[in-house]
Amino acid sequence: MNDRVTNLVIAGLGGQGVLKAAGIVSDAAFRAGFDVKQSELHGMSQRGGSVSSDIRFGREVFSPMVPAGEADYLVVAAPDQIEVNRSQLRSGGVLIAPDAVDPAKLANKKSFNVALLGVLSRHLGIAEEAWLDAIRAAFPEKLHAANLQAFALGRKGV
Amino acid sequence: MSTKNSVRSLLSGDEAVSLAAWHAGVALGTGYPGTPSTEILENFSALGGHAQWAPNEKVALEVALGAAFAGARAIATMKHVGLNVAADPLFTAAYTGVTGALIVVSADDPGMASSQNEQDNRHYAAAAGLPMLEPADSQEAYDFTFQAVEISERWKIPVLLRMTTRVCHSRTIVRPRAAHVPPRSPHFERDVRGRVMIPAYARPAYRRLRQKLSEIQAWNETCPLNRVVEGDRSLGIITSGISYMHVREAAPRASVLKLGLTHPLPLEKIRAFAAGVNRCLVIEEGDPVLTDAIRAAGVKVESQPEMYRFGELNVARLRRILSGDTSPEPAPVPGKPPQLCPGCSHRYVFEALHKLDSIVAGDIGCYTLGVLPPFEAMDTCVCMGASIGVGLGLRHVLPPEQARRVVSVIGDSTFVHSGITGLVEMVYNPPPTGHLVLILDNSTTAMTGHQEHPGTGRTLEHEPTGKVSFEDLARSLGIQNVHVADPTANPAVLTRLVQECLANGQLNVIIARRPCLLIAGKIKEYDRAASVPCAEALSEES
Repeated sequence: MNDRVTNLVIAGLGGQGVLKAAGIVSDAAFRAGFDVKQSELHGMSQRGGSVSSDIRFGREVFSPMVPAGEADYLVVAAPDQIEVNRSQLRSGGVLIAPDAVDPAKLANKKSFNVALLGVLSRHLGIAEEAWLDAIRAAFPEKLHAANLQAFALGRKGV
Repeated sequence: MSTKNSVRSLLSGDEAVSLAAWHAGVALGTGYPGTPSTEILENFSALGGHAQWAPNEKVALEVALGAAFAGARAIATMKHVGLNVAADPLFTAAYTGVTGALIVVSADDPGMASSQNEQDNRHYAAAAGLPMLEPADSQEAYDFTFQAVEISERWKIPVLLRMTTRVCHSRTIVRPRAAHVPPRSPHFERDVRGRVMIPAYARPAYRRLRQKLSEIQAWNETCPLNRVVEGDRSLGIITSGISYMHVREAAPRASVLKLGLTHPLPLEKIRAFAAGVNRCLVIEEGDPVLTDAIRAAGVKVESQPEMYRFGELNVARLRRILSGDTSPEPAPVPGKPPQLCPGCSHRYVFEALHKLDSIVAGDIGCYTLGVLPPFEAMDTCVCMGASIGVGLGLRHVLPPEQARRVVSVIGDSTFVHSGITGLVEMVYNPPPTGHLVLILDNSTTAMTGHQEHPGTGRTLEHEPTGKVSFEDLARSLGIQNVHVADPTANPAVLTRLVQECLANGQLNVIIARRPCLLIAGKIKEYDRAASVPCAEALSEES
């Protein structure tokens, strides 16, 4: 495991499952054996405003917040939140925009956030099993099939 | 996420505090919801702990203090401004001390992600004379909660556990140290001189408190809660809490003294650290509390520039501080502001107030968003409950034609928290033009994530309990006109009612009642669940 910390920002609007998605990523990284920190702001953001969460993983992580302009990956769930968050991305960093997933192909539209994680998973060195375990742990059993389908859709690529 | 076993897990700081409280045998957790502290009690309850919401933080602390007088371990949780409300019992609880353990969690909000001010509650430790622990991540939140219990029991003193937003709401890895220990057996022992703070008994109690603090300070000089990260001796940094994490990342080669027990400070340890480095810099989020205390002890340290006192610290700001950069910081790209949900009943109320050109003394909750366009129907918002007092003050002095436009707007949970005494004031000192208090009752504490309160008639765990009726309360106080209206069902009726109340020159309370649409379904479920035992009992009998 190299010493470099991987920096991720997941952003969107309140109600899009941004914090849920961030929880899944950090759990998957944790299950894969990394040190992980995930940070977010609650409160007023719950009322439909901008929401974002920082996830950092590696051998050892100190600050829980991704320094501005140092995100390796920026995942955005709402088109109008791309520009708001673009400055988070380092030069050469990867933007995963909402058009990376076709919502029409989802078994359940609410799983859009998890489908974006499928796209993200293609870039990260986290074993598929860790992702799947993290997804199963994040939802009640009746929602497993829809979310695993969404993840597979994103991971496969459209 | 709750966890009961002692394997490593990824927990928020709030979850880590509740897990430690559970493991340490805390018998009672009480508090009032407030970002970023709310999840501590919710998770403590989920783990199996006895947790309850109090009407406000003062009552919460008093309940916890009573439990600690009885020999139990108790925890009271609140956000930073909540400690202002609880400050009265706090200062004298420092004198009385406790028999069991009393942990007071103050969750500060540097950067004001969800608060009306950025007050730095480290001042409370010095002002009240209480030990304060400051965790930097979830592991420390867990460990320090245990330590707080131990310090509280050893010195019979309440302990402040100061969290901040980024510690409360960051998830980091925690390895629990112990399984659940059963709570101590409470018992009452009479100690009149120790517990009844008349002046004759309080004078020696104050001396006892200062004696305890000097013992804790001596212990703190060598205790493992403060540690030195050996590094390059050209730069030494003294810091605490989350700032430590930013420091380690921005200055990986510096020597660092990380303080965990920040009141009373280990001044000799600090003196020795500062003497061993060429430059010694203090990094702290918020006010220069450490800097001032260290300088007052005659230790020469550098401080961060004043501009970094405002808002949260982070790695980028640390790099600027270390490079001496005081140029203006880039403004963050503004995101989409929060707003009242589509269909929210508050919308109809603020549309009415906007239309009537009311002067609105507002309060703390989702409905504070009524200040934003398109409503722009709020003129003041200060603290929990202030809407009523401020509204009355405006009424007393404004010329009558303006006074008659003043309305106090307060939410249901906020009303229970500190609006009731405002209503009493209205009855006792009625303004010449009368007044109107509008209670926006959406049957939950919506802003912090839908917690119960005494007006919902359900406990923290959503079980049925005693219910405070706002209309009965208002009528019992002798308020002439008490109305209940559903703003969503008939906005025109509500508007007319407000108009009438503003015109009648009397004392009026309108309860605008409509359950929050995000929770309406759940409330029906709770009510259904509450009625199940009766149905089962009936079917067993038949």
